[in-house]
Amino acid sequence: MAAISREEVAHLARLSRLAVTEEELDRFAGQLDVILQSVARIGDVAADDIPPTSHSVPLTNVYRDDVVQPSLTQAEALSGAPDQADGRFRVPRILDEEA
Amino acid sequence: MSDLTRMTATKLAGLIKGGDVSAVEVATAHLDRIEAVDPQVHAFLHVDREGALAAAAEVDAGDKSSPLAGVPIAVKDVMATKGVPTTAASKILEGWRPPYDATIVERLRAAGTVMLGKTNMDEFAMGSSTEYSAYGPTNNPWDLGRIPGGSGGGSAASLAAYEAPLAIGTDTGGSIRQPGAVTGTVGAKPTYGGTSRYGLIAFSSSLDTPGPCARNVADAALLHSVIAGHDPRDSTSIAQPVPDVVAAAKRGSEGDLTGVKLGLVKEFAGDGSEPGVLAAFRESLDALVKLGAEVVEVSCPHFQYALPAYYLIAPSECSSNLARFDGVRYGLRTGDDGNRSLEEVMSLTREAGFGPEVKRRIILGTYALSSGYYDAYYGQAQKVRTLITRDFESAFEQVDVLVSPTTPFVAFPFGSRTSDPYQMYLADLFTIPTNLYGGPAISVPCGLSEGLPVGFQVMAPTMADDRMYRVAAALESAVGTFTPPAL
Repeated sequence: MAAISREEVAHLARLSRLAVTEEELDRFAGQLDVILQSVARIGDVAADDIPPTSHSVPLTNVYRDDVVQPSLTQAEALSGAPDQADGRFRVPRILDEEA
Repeated sequence: MSDLTRMTATKLAGLIKGGDVSAVEVATAHLDRIEAVDPQVHAFLHVDREGALAAAAEVDAGDKSSPLAGVPIAVKDVMATKGVPTTAASKILEGWRPPYDATIVERLRAAGTVMLGKTNMDEFAMGSSTEYSAYGPTNNPWDLGRIPGGSGGGSAASLAAYEAPLAIGTDTGGSIRQPGAVTGTVGAKPTYGGTSRYGLIAFSSSLDTPGPCARNVADAALLHSVIAGHDPRDSTSIAQPVPDVVAAAKRGSEGDLTGVKLGLVKEFAGDGSEPGVLAAFRESLDALVKLGAEVVEVSCPHFQYALPAYYLIAPSECSSNLARFDGVRYGLRTGDDGNRSLEEVMSLTREAGFGPEVKRRIILGTYALSSGYYDAYYGQAQKVRTLITRDFESAFEQVDVLVSPTTPFVAFPFGSRTSDPYQMYLADLFTIPTNLYGGPAISVPCGLSEGLPVGFQVMAPTMADDRMYRVAAALESAVGTFTPPAL
């Protein structure tokens, strides 16, 4: 049985903001199925009482003193922007016309 | 060819310091070599002739006290370089010139190294062959029809092709070590947190580790000492002194390993290494025993789950990290016709800007993190990561370092592993456990199989980077270095 369906891959692509093509969906669904079947054996490990490791360095929050430090100027920060207006990043509309 | 391109970084630094040769002459020799051979090798995505010559002139005019003053270096295109194009080999960042330097690049500049340019890689460091670069693959100088390893294939190939004496790589699952192995060069992954990630374009933040690439162990150690150390701008940077890797490499090169215990991982034995790779590995092991080392078999029962754990953890972190490429602040924007919504433009931009392997991993990571699957996949992988760490800790109670082949197979022909992505993942079988644990590991050339280089991996405990350099330098003193056929 497939571990992941074409429909699931389409849903995940939408969640990931990837406008994948029909052809890609066919290909990815098969490939991801092979990968998932291969990694699924991770479930064989008895690990219920094992604490998770998110990170190899046992650190919690690292704070610094709240003092202003040198940073990018506005022009530098905008230097790679695909579009800008009035010293800000310009984006396509985020609300419907009626909203 | 100029002799300057054949010299070690240590030798070049000495000549420049002594006034025997100028930094500009050294830079020019390497830039000319790149011009001559890079059309065949394609190690570089961008060559910064002007910037390199200016940096070299500055060294000639001023301070030569740094141990690497005037030495040329190639930098993997995943590190931000101020004003110099940085793409991570992706179309989504084509033409981007960062407004800042990565900490490592800053340290390289401060040390007077001369950056020649930016090297090719698998897109966003995801791959083992550079075949996933959006700008075409790098060809292995040993055989131009074969892969140079990945993701840092460009950095490794630039060394093997004598285009640069030093290079910077990054290692998330083996991206420094496996390219080192298949190009006959040295690649070291420092302890996670031992080198700064600030300015490194993130793939999997809990695993990404920048490190040195060189043609011999002493040069790698020297570069390691220049780039490593605490960085307040990276919150996972370790605030401890860097182990003295230069002294350790020197000690190892004297060829005495009396009392050093090498651990052979029992669970790696049956894992489908090519016979030629195994033969070169075993001969190297014998050579180390002759130098006084003792071989002890150890068991790491959870290493067999390292590959599955990695291919859940790394894609999960990548799906989150790569969300920043949304066509708003930098890079590509596609489909903004004045009518489409932000969300539509984002989806079209990411579809056009990312290549197939990046998309697969984003989708896989999104799956592993989604509700209903999180506990079974990402959560379980994190628990297995704990068990793999415990395996390492218990092994290091019995031995000083662990050893293995770096990768199960020599450089493979282009196209032989791209149709089934999981076949590509197997290249990292022996390198991935270390990334999950966070310790340091190095690949050093140990022989040839069918005329192609084989790498020997030494893994050490966290913050014992010096130990791996000692063993690697000892092996190098016994087996020598390997030179590819002339291009």
